[in-house]
Amino acid sequence: MSSRDELLKAVAENQPMNFPLPEIEFLDSECIYLAETFINVLTSIGGAVVLIENLMEIETYILEKFKKSDRIVTTIPAIKWMAELIPATSIPPHALSNVDFAIIDTHCAVAENGAVWVTEKGIVNRALPFICQHLAVVVNARDIVSNMHSAYNLIGTDDYGYGTFISGPSKTADIEQSLVLGAHGPRSMTIFLIM
Amino acid sequence: MESSPLNYKNKIMIAPDKDHAALANEFNKDEQRVDWHDETLWWVRQKRDNAVKKLPEWEELREAGSQIKNNVLGNLNYYLQQFETNAKANGVHVHWALDAKEHNEIVLDLLLSKGINKIVKSKSMLTEECNLNDYLLDNGVNVIDSDLGEFIVQLANEHPSHIVLPCIHKKKEEIGELFHQHLGTPSGNSDPIFLTETARQHLRETFLARKAALTGVNFAVAETGEFVVCTNEGNADMGAHLADIHIASMGIEKIIPERKHLGVFLRLLTRSATGQPITTYSSHFKKPRSGASIHIIIVDNGRSKQLGREDFRNSLKCIRCGACMNTCPVYRRSGGHSYHSAIAGPIGSILAPNLDMEKHADLPFASTLCGSCTNVCPVKIDIHDQLYKWRQVIVKNGHAPLAKNAALSVMTKILSSPVLYKVAGKLGRLTMKWVPLVVNNRFNPWYKQRELPEVPKNSFGEWYKKNRNHESKDK
Amino acid sequence: MKVGLFVPCYVDQFYPGAAIATLQLLEKLGVDVQYPSRQTCCGQPMANSGFEHLTNGCNELFIENFSGCDYIVCPSGSCVLHIKHHLHSEKNEVKAAGIRSKVYELVEFLTDVLKITNLEAKFPYKVGLHQSCHGQRGLHLSQMTELMAPAFSKPRYLLDMVSGLEIMPLDRPDECCGFGGTFCVAEEAVSVKMGKDRVADHIKNGVEYITAADLSCLMHMEGILRRQGSPLKVIHIAEILNGE
Repeated sequence: MSSRDELLKAVAENQPMNFPLPEIEFLDSECIYLAETFINVLTSIGGAVVLIENLMEIETYILEKFKKSDRIVTTIPAIKWMAELIPATSIPPHALSNVDFAIIDTHCAVAENGAVWVTEKGIVNRALPFICQHLAVVVNARDIVSNMHSAYNLIGTDDYGYGTFISGPSKTADIEQSLVLGAHGPRSMTIFLIM
Repeated sequence: MESSPLNYKNKIMIAPDKDHAALANEFNKDEQRVDWHDETLWWVRQKRDNAVKKLPEWEELREAGSQIKNNVLGNLNYYLQQFETNAKANGVHVHWALDAKEHNEIVLDLLLSKGINKIVKSKSMLTEECNLNDYLLDNGVNVIDSDLGEFIVQLANEHPSHIVLPCIHKKKEEIGELFHQHLGTPSGNSDPIFLTETARQHLRETFLARKAALTGVNFAVAETGEFVVCTNEGNADMGAHLADIHIASMGIEKIIPERKHLGVFLRLLTRSATGQPITTYSSHFKKPRSGASIHIIIVDNGRSKQLGREDFRNSLKCIRCGACMNTCPVYRRSGGHSYHSAIAGPIGSILAPNLDMEKHADLPFASTLCGSCTNVCPVKIDIHDQLYKWRQVIVKNGHAPLAKNAALSVMTKILSSPVLYKVAGKLGRLTMKWVPLVVNNRFNPWYKQRELPEVPKNSFGEWYKKNRNHESKDK
Repeated sequence: MKVGLFVPCYVDQFYPGAAIATLQLLEKLGVDVQYPSRQTCCGQPMANSGFEHLTNGCNELFIENFSGCDYIVCPSGSCVLHIKHHLHSEKNEVKAAGIRSKVYELVEFLTDVLKITNLEAKFPYKVGLHQSCHGQRGLHLSQMTELMAPAFSKPRYLLDMVSGLEIMPLDRPDECCGFGGTFCVAEEAVSVKMGKDRVADHIKNGVEYITAADLSCLMHMEGILRRQGSPLKVIHIAEILNGE
């Protein structure tokens, strides 16, 4: 008997009676101040929020915060004139190791924890939101949902190859519980919020 | 440049003949350090409290998590097969391991077959349980742990002492010294920002260079064949997205039925663990990226046996948040290493005896049964009840120390007989009163740091006889 | 109603004052209290050490002593919790079940059965309330800080009826004292450290008397306080409520 069969047999022999799944729809909540909650939560955990009216304002931010020699990339075709557009064809992730600033977008943000949901399609290269030194995500306020249950309702049965919730910059508190931003992922995470 | 300090074989083994009480006694020799350890973890418990207070539906969320996990245990055979079918359809390879040895062999085989002898790991308590690092090192494969806490304990050649905060037992000065010794940082520099930056630079090289990455699995979704890995640092993703082969090790109990259930568990997990509303990254791996491969190893290693134990199977609901450790007054004052097991604290004490009852017979007794752990468990495991029940099983299986057996037999005789009880009680009190040295000495563990109670003139029974005799109803 | 007074073994031997106070308090409240004199122990020390299978003798003795009562009252949360969960008998399971349903710790008996609303008692001191774990988490004598649920406290409710008494807030209102049964000697180092931290909390917050519903906790903390030469005293809640 293969290990698989032996394992499954052992499980079948030992598992208890069936216990029904609970209804969890009641956990969806109606939060009114979605944008406000999102901003408050994200800024409290080390993220930054910049309110913008349109994408063009991102250029001002780039000019203020970054040098001409910094490598700035984006997955958003609409701003390809202010940053290097990452091609949809597959490029080795190592080719992104010198990216200083990456700007991506999302269509799902979560108020209760300041997270944004991005999939492989949206970020083009899985390594991009991790390997860059600084990350920015463009969010439209109308795409902010209340909590994780609403988020998963929105995600539905999407057949992504990879997806991730990102909430703020990478961080660690492993050294005597001192919070340090910028562990292995980006040192900062900025949301460009279109109200 | 690849570093070489992590070639240690066989981590410092906790003295196998020392039990929790002896190790905890050692730990308590430095009272200031115990205070520091206790206060740090109590603060994490308070962060948890502050986070869960913000959700009026918190207790309902716990109940939902508990019921979903109950459903998983009752249908585990089905869900495992469903998961495998869906994962395979996604282009993911699925392997099955009956025990730690088989798991380790599968990992080694996958690496050697691709000519890989260097791997980067992110946190996986399962691989701690399997002693994977030592096995790989013995077989010529270099392993680097990329989670900062685990990287630090790896430098120190120790096991993690907490499942979420691996080096919570280490002071920053000690960490600074480790970095100085192994990474050449300036001696005496213990600034967390500087040390983290050092680790960032050092490990970035590792991520970019290594072709194989191994991660744990927080949740595996049967419905879709995807699995989720949660980190704050982004190290699991840095490893997996830069490697050609991503190996993900999971215990059979990590299965959850449907994607939407992730909403429940991701809301429960990090609030319970550290008081954050969610980890920085909750990465859902469904298909390998083109040109790379994903291999999942599904491991039993005693879990199906635990599943068959009616009183203890609920321990398999655990989502590895560590909240029980943070709230446990004993854990906070004895440290994770006192539990001589991959997983320490209350949950460790109900999982470990299943793996090796003799070796871990002391763990269920390392508790006052206060019950705080059960209240913080996000999936409502009846931890303190299981600790009590394990005590009965352990004694019945003959693992109680002989002296204890003898003492309790005597106690039983005395307490089962009204006459013997009164006599023993009187004798005891007289001895304490007139010959206190018999009990007030260094052989009496009570007396080491506490006074014994004062001896009253009469027991209540004697008082009652004298003062209420006309009302007593002797049978 | 006929109430059987169950006095824990160590209270009987070392703290008879608390048992006397319990008896007197109940009598003041008009209760007919009997004390079955052949009682010994609830069996908890054996059971918690893994020797539940040796408690049959204690169980039968308990049933013999108390099955004729309408209620059984005991000034100890941990003993009552043990009886409630673990009193069984091969010969007399019906009687055992009966006892499990009518055994009460003193505080909950006063609030839930007698439903008292006032007390003639005076205790003009600063008091720290220690929430003994088995009473609190096991018998739900008060809400636990881990749970997101409405706050309540039965001991506090009673202590508020005592004139002059001031309850002092603590840093950690419901952390375990470290007694834990045989744990207190088997894991001496941790047990004492937990006890020291508990009393330090009370000392820091200006407490003059530590009270609790369980004398095991108080015995442990008192042992530490006396070794430290501290003026802080312990007193069982029955003695406060009885007006001494």
